[in-house]
Amino acid sequence: MAAAATCGTGAGSTASVASAASKSKVTSFQRRGPRASGTDSGGLRLVSIAGTRPSVRNGQLLVSTGLPALDQLLGRFGTKNWDKYNIYSPLLFKYFLAEGIISGHTLLVASAKEDPADILQELPAPLLDDNCKKELDEDVCNHKTPESNVKMKIAWRYQLLPKMEIGPVSSSRFGHYYDISKRIPQELIEASNWHGFFLPEKRSSPLKVESCSLTHGYLKLLQFIQNIIYEEGFDGSNPQKKKKNILRIGIQNLGSPLWGDDICCTENCDNSHSLTKFLYLLRGLLRTSLSACIITMPTHLIQNKAIIARVTNLSDTVVGLESFIGSERETNPLYKDYHGLIHIRQIPRLNNLICDESDVKDLAFKLKRKLFTIELCLLGFKTTFFLLLWPRQLFFSCLTLFPYLFQHLEAACISWLMVSSFILKTSSVRLSPSYVAIALVLCSASHFCF
Amino acid sequence: MFPELNNLLNITPDRAEQGKLTLLCDAKTDGSFLVHHFLSFYLKANCKVCFVALIQSFSHYNIVGQKLGVSLTSARERGQLVFLEGLKSSVDVFFQANEEPHPLQFLREANPGNLQPLFEFVREALKPEENGEAAWRCPVLLVDDLSLLLSLGVGAVAVLDFVHYCRATVCWELKGNMVVLVHDSGDAEDEENDILLNGLSHQSHLILRTEGLATGFCRDVHGQLRILWRRPSQPTAPRDRSLTYQYKIQDKSVSFFAKGMSPAVL
Repeated sequence: MAAAATCGTGAGSTASVASAASKSKVTSFQRRGPRASGTDSGGLRLVSIAGTRPSVRNGQLLVSTGLPALDQLLGRFGTKNWDKYNIYSPLLFKYFLAEGIISGHTLLVASAKEDPADILQELPAPLLDDNCKKELDEDVCNHKTPESNVKMKIAWRYQLLPKMEIGPVSSSRFGHYYDISKRIPQELIEASNWHGFFLPEKRSSPLKVESCSLTHGYLKLLQFIQNIIYEEGFDGSNPQKKKKNILRIGIQNLGSPLWGDDICCTENCDNSHSLTKFLYLLRGLLRTSLSACIITMPTHLIQNKAIIARVTNLSDTVVGLESFIGSERETNPLYKDYHGLIHIRQIPRLNNLICDESDVKDLAFKLKRKLFTIELCLLGFKTTFFLLLWPRQLFFSCLTLFPYLFQHLEAACISWLMVSSFILKTSSVRLSPSYVAIALVLCSASHFCF
Repeated sequence: MFPELNNLLNITPDRAEQGKLTLLCDAKTDGSFLVHHFLSFYLKANCKVCFVALIQSFSHYNIVGQKLGVSLTSARERGQLVFLEGLKSSVDVFFQANEEPHPLQFLREANPGNLQPLFEFVREALKPEENGEAAWRCPVLLVDDLSLLLSLGVGAVAVLDFVHYCRATVCWELKGNMVVLVHDSGDAEDEENDILLNGLSHQSHLILRTEGLATGFCRDVHGQLRILWRRPSQPTAPRDRSLTYQYKIQDKSVSFFAKGMSPAVL
């Protein structure tokens, strides 16, 4: 049984069924640089692959999600993300794929609804503007010597500057910015190596696996991915291949009825294990190859909460997007600047006891004309900040005034502070002028940062 | 292994108890650091370990094990560790129909009836040497994790049967130990998982339950650990002993402290 693969290089090739014999995993990776303490993996040197960075902490290769802000928050790159109402997750999906094209990685796009070629046409264009600097909260990590390399998924951003080299696919930068109002140039797509899997196009042929423990759609997709990994050598099966590369897999709307799964239709479904089994087998494939995968799932349709919990346990990273459209938060003035909240539900602990959990938990996202930005939910910050400084009476009376001042008028803000400090000085609260000055500086700094 | 946890549990590698089933349970947090602890503990205690690792790859455990002072590769080479790597062999097992039974062959079935091949694998791995010499102290079975078997289509009863058979063989017949990890789904209404968790809780001698803090994420306290000592063979025994600690996971160790006594607060 042959699965027709659509390749970006123009020649439609048919991939023969791989016998999937277990190959001895001869790792051709060797370590570069002085050895970090504690590792004795026999001298492995990291192969440099475009668009990747070695992790500081555990020697894994990292790839970017395409959104530098998300890279930073995740610490590691995720395999799954889901979105209520499915409005914004396609955007993250596209960022991930666009990053793959810019970095020269191989792409594998799977969808049951849209033709992968159409999906690729809609990817955002990379931003080539040097002036576009986005100041987000940052921790610059110390780039220590990489430890032994282990294959697999990642992402980390350790450099803030979005300076773009104007050039085609082979960009060696890590993490780029994209302009969602423009489409990616056609020549970039054509120069990239991509494979598409569009479920309606696959012929239904007799299945080799004896019992259909997986839904038909999932089975075909799994075989397709396995073929690509084997043939293009992402699992290290072809050591002669000169240039190592990453396979970026994107699967859209997994779990929806279009894939043949009925977990979105009923609560007690017959194929309740199909999705989780597929995810487990996919995880096995990803772990043994140089690949990263993003999956979007319409969890608002899945009626069975237990399945969501199981899917979370099977994933490395889970990001939830909660858009305000259709909820009462849309008209809430507190959230009027944002389009939704981002919940980082899980971060992987790969090769490590600890994970890079970010301290920040109140995150919201905003879809501007050109960019998708992730920010701290500012109100919480401002409220606590002023609780520290001012006595409660003043605070409560000025609570309504503050957000507007901060956003619009820096000067009014400063003058307000000075007036307040005068009031405080004249009332019996002791507040030293230097303290107020520091507060002032912090206010202005926070305004510029956010 | 984490020396502080050894102190709390009052065990050392030299005098490890035998015939015990330890249940690791995590709710709203990641309890896998306990798996790493017990793996390195039993390897250092010179026990023969059979590790059924379904959720992570060998290199993951190896790298963390090296931080904790054991080398899984050398343990595997000298025969002390039998490692079943679920992820690596899952795809091969699924697509290839071999005649000989594979421990993970339940992946091929739509509704697997039982986990007998897996049990046979464990029994074969931990059986004592024929020549009578005991190279290792006592056999240990480690499973990470059992909840995953539910996701792969195995019923809760089949998993409980598997644990029962393993207990009979490993704990009672071979006087070894078992350590299993189960996720607590909390309010996710996962009935099968609840059945599994409740069933195992009644059979275990020691339950280590990690929970996230009720108030949410904290940088200095990663969670709370509840230790419960039980005596399942004497249900009428006086009340089981239980202790609660909070912990913080660091790069190579985990520090435990009494509730509210985090070094960051004091």
